Amino acid sequence: MSDVPKPDELLSNIDYRPSRTGWMDTPVDIQKGIYSYAANPKSVEYVGLPYPRQWNPIEEDWQLPENWKEIISKGFRERLDRFRSVKVFMDICVRCGACADKCHFFIGSGDPKNMPVLRAELLRSVYRNDFTTAGKIIGSIGKNFKKIIGARELDLQVLKEWWYYLFQCSECRRCSVFCPYGIDTAEITIMGRELLNLIGLNIDWIATPVANCYRTGNHLGIQPHAYKDMMDFFADDIEEITGVKVEPSFNRKGAEILFVTPSGDIFADPGTYTCVGYMMLFHYLQEKYGFDITWSTYASEGGNFGFFTSHEMMKRLNAKMYAEAKRLGVKWIIGGECGHMWRVIHQYMDTMNGPADFLEEPVSPITGTKFENAKSTKMVHIAEFTADLIKHNKLELDTSRNDHLKVTYHDSCNTSRGMGLLEEPRYVIKNVCNNFYEMPANTIREQTFCCGSGSGLNAGENMELRMQGGLPRANAVKYVHEKHGVNMLSCVCAIDRAALSASMEYWVPGVEVTGVHEMVGNALILPGEQKRMTDLRSEPLPGMEEDDAE
Amino acid sequence: MNISYMYSLIAVIILFLLAYVGVKFPGGEVFFGIIIPYLALIIFILGFINRVIDWARSPVPFRIPTTCGQQKSLPWIKSANIDNPSTTGGVVVRMILEVVFFRSLFRNTKCELKESDKISYEWEKWLWLFSLTFHWAFFTVLFRHLRLFTEPVPACVQLVAKLDGFLQIGLPGLMLSGVALLAAVTFLFLRRILIPQVKYISLGSDYFPLFLIFGIAFTGILMRYFTKVDIVGVKEFTMSLVTLNPHVIKGIGGVFYVHLFFVSVLLVYFPFSKLMHLGGIFMSPTRNMVNNSRAKRHVNPWNYPVKIHTYDAYEDEFREKMIEIGLPVEKMIAPETPEEPEEKE
Amino acid sequence: MRLNNLLAQGKTAIVKKWFVLAIGTYPSDTAKFLKRQKDPFANPVGRTIYHGLEALFDQLLEDMDYEAITSFLDPIVRIRAIQNFSPSQATNFIFFLKDVIREHTQKEVSEARLFNELLLFESKIDKLSLIAFELYMQCREKIYELKANEMKNRTFRAFERAGLVSEIPADTPDLVNINICKEASSDT
Repeated sequence: MSDVPKPDELLSNIDYRPSRTGWMDTPVDIQKGIYSYAANPKSVEYVGLPYPRQWNPIEEDWQLPENWKEIISKGFRERLDRFRSVKVFMDICVRCGACADKCHFFIGSGDPKNMPVLRAELLRSVYRNDFTTAGKIIGSIGKNFKKIIGARELDLQVLKEWWYYLFQCSECRRCSVFCPYGIDTAEITIMGRELLNLIGLNIDWIATPVANCYRTGNHLGIQPHAYKDMMDFFADDIEEITGVKVEPSFNRKGAEILFVTPSGDIFADPGTYTCVGYMMLFHYLQEKYGFDITWSTYASEGGNFGFFTSHEMMKRLNAKMYAEAKRLGVKWIIGGECGHMWRVIHQYMDTMNGPADFLEEPVSPITGTKFENAKSTKMVHIAEFTADLIKHNKLELDTSRNDHLKVTYHDSCNTSRGMGLLEEPRYVIKNVCNNFYEMPANTIREQTFCCGSGSGLNAGENMELRMQGGLPRANAVKYVHEKHGVNMLSCVCAIDRAALSASMEYWVPGVEVTGVHEMVGNALILPGEQKRMTDLRSEPLPGMEEDDAE
Repeated sequence: MNISYMYSLIAVIILFLLAYVGVKFPGGEVFFGIIIPYLALIIFILGFINRVIDWARSPVPFRIPTTCGQQKSLPWIKSANIDNPSTTGGVVVRMILEVVFFRSLFRNTKCELKESDKISYEWEKWLWLFSLTFHWAFFTVLFRHLRLFTEPVPACVQLVAKLDGFLQIGLPGLMLSGVALLAAVTFLFLRRILIPQVKYISLGSDYFPLFLIFGIAFTGILMRYFTKVDIVGVKEFTMSLVTLNPHVIKGIGGVFYVHLFFVSVLLVYFPFSKLMHLGGIFMSPTRNMVNNSRAKRHVNPWNYPVKIHTYDAYEDEFREKMIEIGLPVEKMIAPETPEEPEEKE
Repeated sequence: MRLNNLLAQGKTAIVKKWFVLAIGTYPSDTAKFLKRQKDPFANPVGRTIYHGLEALFDQLLEDMDYEAITSFLDPIVRIRAIQNFSPSQATNFIFFLKDVIREHTQKEVSEARLFNELLLFESKIDKLSLIAFELYMQCREKIYELKANEMKNRTFRAFERAGLVSEIPADTPDLVNINICKEASSDT
């Protein structure tokens, strides 16, 4: 974008990126607005990852360790031996193309290398060359033959291509739904990023949150006292709006339940309002039913950017949850609204850091419901918990307080395709607000489109990429916005709340973003509350506008 | 011009000539009729087993099914036990639907905005339809061929052949599966060169098996309907292979050896190529696992210990600030620190 | 306006041609996908461009209504503003219409001497391009605004609301005394 085009190019519609050549002959062109900045060496060093250094993706020299090829090759072999998924997915793709147009980054950017099959081929080509019999035999005949079977040697160009495109995948798994063999590009991206991390090639928006989470328990590096301050402020806010004083407890030993939510809910708008919603719900349950829950400043980050770095880093960050549950002696854990946090909890946590034999099988102390589906991890999603409360009529709700909202629901990739949490949040939403509209069927549930910024891609410098990736989702929101006047996009994911806010601001102005429990908080009638004039965002409730205008 | 499919086409033509001409040389019939097929079969079987064992050697460290429907959570929420299986039974059905009916390809819904803003869903299932046709036709053809390798021919094989030829057109009766196979292969090929995205991702190793299978179907049809191969002689020959008492029958003709050679090449090619998706689909962890990872612990055989930031280290770093704001701590600060006077001022 | 009639009659063909040229600015494989896939949710780029161009062409045939034009042009430009096009590449698709129309009406224009009308129509296209330029800049500014302010808006604002960003106000009394700018001090 930096180069000024020549006059005779100005009015031509010739491809601005030549792709008449095969993809292997199209060199990678690292574009501003698409790539994310390189990891800060201090962050890489803090968590003890290899080769921390200053480097810049748009410079020719990436300051790689001398034996980088060897490291990658060894790492590749190791992962083939450790993960059947990688090995099978490397071998069985028939390139039928069913996934090609399912990726939000391909749809939004038009870059062919963003087709899931091709993203995987970037790694497969090297795999064929280095690890298969056919590749070795045919490769030895000549370079041209290599190309025919789709094999190539790993060189600096290929490595740069890996880096560029593996950080244009949000590990959303949408392609995997449509693949006849269930090939999951997320697995391939995860593996590819692990390899890149072996030679110190992370991006800063992942590496620094990882280091921060490791040290302070949240992605911004906020220290425990500020965490508490923030929550105190939320409590003041609640008092102002409802007249009720809520008193959350922290790091309290002997509590029955531990609550873990992504730190985005505490430190970033509009997630903060969701956090207020949790606090109100817990207070309500405490007053009415003697509910006993504690927050933790140590395990204060549900979100796990380690998941975007490596399996090992994921395990290291996730370990805090069980460690804290054990230290505090709670019976079980509730997890807040977050996407990839829940993929980690649902599909990895028990395996990595379990068995959680020091906890008890979760039973709702209010309804007596046994959460059979979580009897091993002992961790329940707050949407499951709240849906159960509503089903048993345990919450007093005034849905009219959400009447100013016309709501649609965005399924987070991870909770839908890595867990199957589809109905619970919908049930909650439909019970706390009166105007709910679904987006078109091929953009929700297991076919949901990513927010465009998942898996650590919600940095600032890659805003163009995020908008490209966010287009398919925004396009569907725009449809319900125009058709039904939808003005609120709800979701159960902290990255969504941050990323979709920006995406809506660009693509569909007039639509705001909310967590599900913010709407619960709006509707929930707290014992002894005053007449509410505003919603949790301090905006006047319908019918209260005149009173507000003094 | 796309070199990928040119090379593949040339390769198949060379293979054709090799067999067609080669069989005319002395000893050619023994070579192409007996040695190559036996060798191919052995390579196929060993190669296939080897590949599957190789996959199986890598563990499945995490339970990572792609969930395509509602999970099993609260008893009153209806769960999708097939698309998001919570039981082994569900997985079995999911796999059957996947393997036998290509469920995931079928999922390819497509909707269109008609007129102003009415959404309508369109049937956009050509890939699904033709892949399914292709695989089923191939299977039927293969199954019918059992009549050449069994004596007496089992009733089920005869039944399939009868059903396959139910149209009763021409003599010998037209077999639907052969025609369907040829049509489907042609479609899958045209799709590769006509749909731009698919063309862009296609490799030589995608075209080669298509041409080869086209060659197999084509030579088969040629023999059956046009050159009218001596079927009694063929059966005598194939039975001699089956009974491990191989001997060449004179006068079966060049086309037959081409057919047999193509099949042999396919068998040899199979275990080293993407055709192994036949075995791989059963081993795909995103499809063949139960989604119950919160209810039942999945064990990772290489779950090694890692460094974590312990609570103690955390408290050590922030203890003062935590005490100041009233957060409970494990260890109070030793009383020697004379911080107190400050407060009085 | 005979030219207008001519163009109105040929609308479908003209818009189609214009669309093909416009999506020709994408890599060729992608362009064909953009053209073929009719599902607006699976192919927002292609469908937005197609519907936008169609509506814009209608506007050109009639009196150009700024509001309406913006509403159709904005979605197209908004997409192209984030797709790694240079500014000229992002907006050049407007001028492609000139080529399409000249080609389409070549015979009639020279036979029936419609040059004046053609020039008139082309200056409408020029206006359209200026609007596109305006919109493009708005979009780019929005992107930079998002880049600059996202963290601030989301995180800093939360802290600020919580009263946790309080260091500067605590120092204000001192600052007032050492203010060197007259106007500013009278402001406070």
